[in-house]
Amino acid sequence: MKSRTRVGPLATTNGTAPAIDVDALLDDRGTGIIVCCGSGGVGKTTTSAALALRAAERGRRVVVLTIDPAKRLAQSMGIEQLDNTPRPVTGLRTNAKGNRKGGSLDAMMLDMKRTFDEVVESQATSEKAKQILDNPFYVALSSSFAGTQEYMAMEKLGQIHAAAQADGTYDLIVVDTPPSRSALDFLDAPERLSSFLDGRFIRLLLAPAKGPAKLMSAGFGIITGALNKIIGAQVLRDMQTFVAAFDTLFGGFRQRAQKTFELLQADGTAFLVVAAPEPDALREAAYFVERLGEESMPLAGLIVNRASPEPRGHLSADEAMAASTRLRQRADESPTASLTAGLLRLHADQARMVEREARLRERFAAAHPQVPTAVVPALAGDVHDLAGLRRVGELLATPRP
Amino acid sequence: MTQQPVDADWSRVRLHVVTGKGGTGKSTVAAALALGLASQGKQVLLCEVEGRQGIARMFDVDPLPYAERRIATGLRVGDRSPGVVHALHIDAESALLEYLAMYYKLGRAGKALDRFGVVEFATTIAPGVRDVLLTGKVFEAVQRNSRNKGATRYDAVVLDAPPTGRITQFLNVSGELAGLAKVGPIKSQSDTMMTLFRSPRTAVHLVTVLEEMPVQETADGIADLQAARLPVGAVIVNQVRPRDISAADLDAARAGHLDAAGIARDLKEAGVDTGDGLVDGLVAEAHDHAERRALEDAQHAVVGGLGRPTYELPRLAGGVDLGGLYELAGFLKTQGLA
Repeated sequence: MKSRTRVGPLATTNGTAPAIDVDALLDDRGTGIIVCCGSGGVGKTTTSAALALRAAERGRRVVVLTIDPAKRLAQSMGIEQLDNTPRPVTGLRTNAKGNRKGGSLDAMMLDMKRTFDEVVESQATSEKAKQILDNPFYVALSSSFAGTQEYMAMEKLGQIHAAAQADGTYDLIVVDTPPSRSALDFLDAPERLSSFLDGRFIRLLLAPAKGPAKLMSAGFGIITGALNKIIGAQVLRDMQTFVAAFDTLFGGFRQRAQKTFELLQADGTAFLVVAAPEPDALREAAYFVERLGEESMPLAGLIVNRASPEPRGHLSADEAMAASTRLRQRADESPTASLTAGLLRLHADQARMVEREARLRERFAAAHPQVPTAVVPALAGDVHDLAGLRRVGELLATPRP
Repeated sequence: MTQQPVDADWSRVRLHVVTGKGGTGKSTVAAALALGLASQGKQVLLCEVEGRQGIARMFDVDPLPYAERRIATGLRVGDRSPGVVHALHIDAESALLEYLAMYYKLGRAGKALDRFGVVEFATTIAPGVRDVLLTGKVFEAVQRNSRNKGATRYDAVVLDAPPTGRITQFLNVSGELAGLAKVGPIKSQSDTMMTLFRSPRTAVHLVTVLEEMPVQETADGIADLQAARLPVGAVIVNQVRPRDISAADLDAARAGHLDAAGIARDLKEAGVDTGDGLVDGLVAEAHDHAERRALEDAQHAVVGGLGRPTYELPRLAGGVDLGGLYELAGFLKTQGLA
């Protein structure tokens, strides 16, 4: 693994972050692409859908590209079918005159394999495309290669963006990123795929077909011998066929990835890093924020989801716990004593969690003072309809302490 | 903590695979399970395969190499030797090189494979190959034999596995390879591994929290595992909220009928200043809690309907540090998973 340097103020005095002005970001016609990144399980999909809905109801013509939405959320948006095409979402809120300021919302769910197949089909003759699509190595690469999903999300973003530029269907694209372990995978995956396709071994497999193989052939003999022994000759032949057929597409793939990468660096793009108030998620968020800086990619801010609700009143956790213990000892004297003791314990737990989360956020803000932040309190239930998304959108746009 | 009747005997299990949706705390649970098992004087190996160095962070030790390291030793009780948790960070490239050295005397060819980028190729082409290498190392640790001289024999191996969405594919190595390698040594190796993974000596535990999506994913994961004939172990419900308010009081809290005067009296008795609206605050907090509990209870019922032994771990308000891990291990032990 490449070693990373940390990037930060090195010396700092305060740890409070400015608030993100979510509505200003959504209303700014200059914002053409919003990418929601973050590690798995932090609520990226819900956040992207909520932002897309809010933008649409504020008058933007929006398409949201989701990766793996919860079934009921997908159903409510009318995209439970994986057909790789944006579908209009119905039920947007209108004002009293039946007008929603010209906004619209389309949604789609990414079909990674289908997208890859389409790229192959568009780049190769139909005979050659079929040869590639049937090869077992292609099947493995397109359905499960670590990074294919990220790569295809970028590819699809590039396609939608190009189409929107051409016919003006959309003026805002909101992208949800794949549920990878690390938020950085989204930026690293295309590079990983193309460096893999450019790897020495692939070049070597191509060598016999491609000219100055004489020098290589001694080494190649040893390798094929060893590989035959380990994986068998059939696998090696499949591999060679695949690589040879795929080779001609390499250039096109690389060029497209590069173009999308540049699109992500452009001014119209805004990255939102999504995290939960947990050390692991915030650590990933910090790496990602620093990485965006290195890649000159525009960061709009950090969204901290699932924050514990602020406890009411000023009773501290320790005082509440002490009182709770005292009450438990006198449970016989008052019919409500055990209830009150339980409530005090709840209060103490909540105060502790809020304190811990606030500390985590302060640490983040101290290391990244320039990052505007929005804190979204945890909702009691899951979001699976437009009303729920709208509620999340409101919470996103409401600045909180 | 409510404890469910559990009629599961895990004493035969040598390989505990712990999976769960992202954010449910599967790594924490895997570590707690390893500690719980080791606390009975056993030698336990805790493996991670996702390159995140989570074990090192949880135990607050230096990043782990591709080598087994002791990371937690128990206290000596009487003359019984204390249990030990060892940790191993498995990466596919190291596993491949070790595998080649152990099973094939490749000599010059082995080095050539590395030099010509074959190792890199093999470990990246498809998770199929990658997964076989990762699970292959786990398999080796469970089935320690004479080929690996001087290595520790473990009473149990705990694997902090990939998330629920990928676990069946990850363990179903021979199925995954079927498209790529129909014959040959890798194929027969993966078949041997499948025999262990499908045996009662393996258990795949699923970690969830009481929310809709993780519970749904757990149900889907169980169905996938069963379809692949992989042995489903326990469901571990993590981050359970405190349950010390009675059902009647929860109903009252939801309906807004809590005895505010009684609560105020209790607080005074306990010497708490009830100024600045504390009673109203507590009642409002009780209402929110009761709402969440109702949703949790609904998910709890779904988990109960999954037909698997269920274990519960409390939400630790202060976060999970090493002390927290020991505490969670204690819960797993009292409930009988470890």
